[in-house]
Amino acid sequence: MTCSRRSFLKDAVGGTLVSSLPLSAFVFLSNEEAIAAVDEAKVRWAFLVDTTTCTGCGLCVKACKTENEIPYDAPVTRTWVERYVVTKDGQTHIDSPLGGRDGFIDDKIRDEEIDPDNIDKAFFVPKLCNQCDNPACVQVCPVGATYQTHDGVVLIDRNWCIGCGYCIMACPYGVRFFHPTAKVADKCNFCYHRISQGMQPACVECCSFGARRLANLNDPDDPVTKIIKTERVAVLKDEYGTKPHVFYIGLDEAVR
Amino acid sequence: MKWHVLRPLWVAIGLVGSILVARVFLVPDDFGINGRNFTYGFHRLSNIQEWKDFPVKYRGREYCVECHEEKVDSLNASPHQPVECENCHGAAVNHPDDPELLPIDRSREHCLRCHAQLNYPHSARDQVPGINNRMHMRRRDCAECHNPHSPAEEKQ
Repeated sequence: MTCSRRSFLKDAVGGTLVSSLPLSAFVFLSNEEAIAAVDEAKVRWAFLVDTTTCTGCGLCVKACKTENEIPYDAPVTRTWVERYVVTKDGQTHIDSPLGGRDGFIDDKIRDEEIDPDNIDKAFFVPKLCNQCDNPACVQVCPVGATYQTHDGVVLIDRNWCIGCGYCIMACPYGVRFFHPTAKVADKCNFCYHRISQGMQPACVECCSFGARRLANLNDPDDPVTKIIKTERVAVLKDEYGTKPHVFYIGLDEAVR
Repeated sequence: MKWHVLRPLWVAIGLVGSILVARVFLVPDDFGINGRNFTYGFHRLSNIQEWKDFPVKYRGREYCVECHEEKVDSLNASPHQPVECENCHGAAVNHPDDPELLPIDRSREHCLRCHAQLNYPHSARDQVPGINNRMHMRRRDCAECHNPHSPAEEKQ
């Protein structure tokens, strides 16, 4: 067998090109699959919280627990409301009894009476899953039970979760918890069953003050997206690099 | 001559083989990289549909108005217009079939969620008309005097 230099070079270049093609380059998408892929890219769910209008009624927490079948009296919740009271001596008093499920009807904070004349500012901050672009909770899952969907929502496969709790430790926002009856990790998913059929999440629907709103970031005509894009909004714990997608209006420095 | 390494080697190969066979049966067909990459998209594809099929409980005002039109109209005409029906009446779920009756929350604590005065300057709570819980009609339910569907006017 002979091999000229010319044919050797030709075959080597050709072979390299062919072997560098990924296998997926040969996959033909059906029409439905191609349409589905494009449609999915049209949606990127995000959330807008207006802390200046939240009154701390806690009806969002109540609605969330009912809608998502979270045991009502267990000290776990997918969303919660925190109360911040900054006093003139520079102290910040924070509480969230039962996640704010029963609202804030008493001015005592952790059994501590606070003199109204001593208050500089006070406000309520609703919290929920940030549906991060780089979700730390998904990276640490050892079994592939939690994942990010095409529309940006992070879901948990209840049949696949082994309950190891790595994700609960990994989330910088503390939104994950161990579901007391399903015996798996659980967290807010923007009411995925509602938003995927055009409804609003339960907490958004039950908010009387417009403090919670859902946005589709890939839709430039979405009024909430316009607010996120054009007004001054902030995210929680930006320094973690998780790229959270819950945006806050009027976020105070005291909020952690 | 027998080589002493061979026997444990067969056991090891057998173990690996049985795991590979068991994997074929235990791992669902749709399990794999279904998202943007291995790190974030390694999962069982049918789980997305399972979450979409989760039952809806809060139906919203559009569901209530189908039967209770005048009630919804009276609410819409009142300052309580932004309050959802189900905030006080409970989640509709499949009402009127299941549950037949919705439990109405008429408790004082329920009203106080918004109407308890906390004396927080510049807070949203301060914008809502509120009462001092320790002074105003203690141990009475608000609904005894105030009509939640038109709170501006008092009964008698």
